[in-house]
Amino acid sequence: MDWSDSPDQATFRDEVATFIKTRLPARYQEGEDGDEGFTGGWQADRKSDDATARDTAVSWADALAEKGWVAPHWPKEYGGAGLSVMEQFIYNQEMAKAAAPSVGGMGVSLLGPTMIVHGSDEQKAEHLPRVLSGEVAWAQGYSEPSAGSDLASLQTRATRDGDDFVINGQKIWTSGAQYADWLFALVRTEPDAPKHRGISFIVMDITTPGITVRPIVDMGWNEPFNETFFEDVRVPAANIVGEENRGWYVGMTLLDFERSGISGAISYERNIDRLLDYAKSEEGNKHVRQDWRTLRHEVAERHLEVGVLFNFAFRIVSMQNSGMVPNYEASVNKMFGSEIHQRLSRTGTKVFGLYANVWQEDGPHAPMKSEFTRDYVGSVPHTIFSGSSEIQRNVIATRGLGLPRG
Amino acid sequence: MDLGLSETQELLKNSARDFLENESPEQLVRDMEEDDAGYSPELWSKMAEQGWQGLLVPEEHGGAGFDFLDLCVLLEEFGRALVPGPFMSTVLGGAVPIMSIGSDAQKAEFLPRIASGDVIFTLALTEPSARFDEEGVQAEATVSGDEVTFNGTKLFVPDANVADYMVVVGRSGNGVTLGIVATDQPGVEVTQLQTIARDKQAEVKLNGATGQLLGTDGGGWAALEPVLNRYTVAECAYLVGLAQMDFEISVDYAKERVQFGRPIGSFQAIQHKCADMVTDVDGSRFIMYKAAWSLATDQPGDDTQMSVNMAKAWCSEATRRVVAHGQQIHGGIGFTKDYKIQLYFRRQKRAELAFGDADYHRELVAQQLGI
Repeated sequence: MDWSDSPDQATFRDEVATFIKTRLPARYQEGEDGDEGFTGGWQADRKSDDATARDTAVSWADALAEKGWVAPHWPKEYGGAGLSVMEQFIYNQEMAKAAAPSVGGMGVSLLGPTMIVHGSDEQKAEHLPRVLSGEVAWAQGYSEPSAGSDLASLQTRATRDGDDFVINGQKIWTSGAQYADWLFALVRTEPDAPKHRGISFIVMDITTPGITVRPIVDMGWNEPFNETFFEDVRVPAANIVGEENRGWYVGMTLLDFERSGISGAISYERNIDRLLDYAKSEEGNKHVRQDWRTLRHEVAERHLEVGVLFNFAFRIVSMQNSGMVPNYEASVNKMFGSEIHQRLSRTGTKVFGLYANVWQEDGPHAPMKSEFTRDYVGSVPHTIFSGSSEIQRNVIATRGLGLPRG
Repeated sequence: MDLGLSETQELLKNSARDFLENESPEQLVRDMEEDDAGYSPELWSKMAEQGWQGLLVPEEHGGAGFDFLDLCVLLEEFGRALVPGPFMSTVLGGAVPIMSIGSDAQKAEFLPRIASGDVIFTLALTEPSARFDEEGVQAEATVSGDEVTFNGTKLFVPDANVADYMVVVGRSGNGVTLGIVATDQPGVEVTQLQTIARDKQAEVKLNGATGQLLGTDGGGWAALEPVLNRYTVAECAYLVGLAQMDFEISVDYAKERVQFGRPIGSFQAIQHKCADMVTDVDGSRFIMYKAAWSLATDQPGDDTQMSVNMAKAWCSEATRRVVAHGQQIHGGIGFTKDYKIQLYFRRQKRAELAFGDADYHRELVAQQLGI
C-alpha cells in the first residue's frame, strides 16, 4: 500500500499543475467549482450574454485542446489524450484542486465515450470532433416524469416512419438543455417488449422542429435543468447509436462507468479549510455564532468523513489501475459523497447561527458570500440525481453483497 | 498510489486466515472467556512457529523483520478470528518499545525470547484516572543507575495475569520514565477484572517493584508516543477485521433467515443496513491503513499524528455502528450467548475504548484543525 506518487506520477502531476497555473483564465481562478455535469459552468459560459464569459470559455477550451486534455480519458485515435487510469485521476485531482472547470460537458463525459464504444464510423466522424472543438454541447434526455429511479419504465415513444423515427413524449431533468445543441436520449421503440428490451439510444439536433425546452426553476432560484417536450419530432433512423432496442445497455455503459468522485472530496476538504480560516478571521468573527466552538467535534467529524471519502476515491482508481472492475464500490462513493455534501453544508450553516439566514451574496451580513446557506439548499438533489441514495444502497446490497432482490 | 496488498501481504493474510480458522475456532474463543489464563499456550507456541510474535523484530534478533503495515494485515485476521491472548500486549507493548528505545543489551536479552514465544509482555500505562496522556502518568518512578523502582497503581493493564514482564510507565522527578519489570516479584500485585469482552485486564499494584530502566530518566513520554500511535492503529486493525467478520456473518444470516415467506435480506430495510455496514467496514479499513502506512514509512510527524487520530476516531465509531447493525439484523437469536454474533459485539467495545474512543480522538483532530 502506498498513498504517495511514483516518480512518473509526480512528474505528470507537476506537468498538469504547472499547466493550470499558467493557463487557467483569471475568471476561473477564484471561482467556485462548477457543479460538474449538472449546471456546468463552462457550458453556461459559452452561451452567456456576457462576452467576457464567452471568450473565457473559448480560450480555456483552446488551452486544454493544445494538450489534448479536453477529453483526457478518450483514446488518442479519437482526439483524446489516451491517459492511463492513474493519469486521468491525477489530472482530475489537479483540476479539482484549482477549481478549474472541465470543458465539453456531457459531450466529453458521457456522449463521447458511449459513441466510441457503440457508435458507427459515420457517427463518430460526425460528432466526436465537434465535441472536442467545443462547437457542439450535449444534453442528456433519460428521466421522465414517471420514470425516475425506475428509469427503464420510460414511455417517450419513437415510431418508425420510413427512414425516420417520429418521437412523442416528455423528458425531465434534462440538465443544461437550454445551453445544448444536441441531445442524446433513451426512447421506447418497441412497446410490446419487456421494458429493458424495447428502448433505443438516439441522438438529435435540439433545434429539430417539435422539441420544446422549458427550464425548471429549482428551490435555489437556479435553472440547472429543464423539461423537454417532443411533439412529432422527426429524427433520422441513422441517428440510433448501437442496435435498435438495445439502447438500455448502450445508455448504461456510462452509468456503470465508475467515477472515483475525487473532485467532490477535494472540494469538501477545501470548503472545511476555508470555513475554519474564515471562522477564525477578524471578519468571520462578526458572523460566527458566539459559541461556535461547541461545534468543534462536528467539524472534526466532517474532516474525518472527507478523509474516508478520499480513500474511497483512491480505492476505485487503485482497483482500475490493477485491472480490476469496481463493483459496488462506485455506488459507495456516490452515496457517501453526496451525503457528506449535505452534512457539510449543514455544519457550515450551524457555524453561522442566525447569519445562516442570509441568501444574498453581497453586503455586510453575508458570511462567505452565503455559500454554505446556498449549498445547504443546493446539495439537496445530490442524494437524488444519478441514482438516489436509496437506489445506491439497493445496488450495494444486491449487486455488491448478493442479497436477494425484493 | 496503490491501495492493494503486496504479494507478501496477500500471502501473510491468506496463511493467517487458514491458520486461525483451524487453530482459533469459536470454541477456543469461548473457552478462553472462562479460562483463568485467557490464552492457549499451545496456540501461542504455534503462532511463534509462524513467526508472528517476532514479525516486526529484526532478523538479527530472531525475528522476521517485517514492517508495521504487514503487522496490521495480520492483526486484521486476529480481529476476524477474535484470537484470545496476549499477542498485542507482547508485540505492541513489549517488542515495539524495546525495539525503539531499548539498549543493545536489552534488545539482545528480550527480543529473541519474544520472537520465540518464550516470554509474554504487557504495557502498564493507564491508572485509575483512566487517562491516555502524559499527565495521566502519576505512578512514582525512582531511578538508580540502570535500575528503576515503581510505586503506584496501574489499571486496565491487559494480560497482566500471564505477563512475564511489564513495560511500566511511571514518573520520576525528571518526567515520564519507563522500566522493564519482571512480574514474579513481591512488589507486583495483580488483581483481575471481569470485563465486557471477558478478556484479561487487571489492576496492578506496584510496591517497590524494580526493573531495568528502559530509555532515559525523564525521556519516557517522547519515546512512548510513537509506540502508543502504533498500538492505537493496531487496535484499529483488530477492529476492522472484527467488523468485517460481523458484517459477513450478518449478511449470510440475512440471506438465510426467512420471514413473511422470503429471506429478510430481500427487504430494503435490511439491505440498506448491510450497505451501510460495508461502507463503514471499508471506510475503516482504508483510514486505518493510511495511518499504518504513515507510521511504517515515516511520513512527516504532523501528518502521521493526524492520520492516527483520524483512524481511531473513525474506526471506533464506524465499527460500533457495524456491530450494532449486526445485532439488529439477527433479531432475538443474536442476543443469546450461544449464537456467535455477540462475541463480536462485546469485543468491539473493548477495542473501541482502548487508547481512547471516537470522542477522545475527535477532540485531538479538532485541536489539530486549530478549532
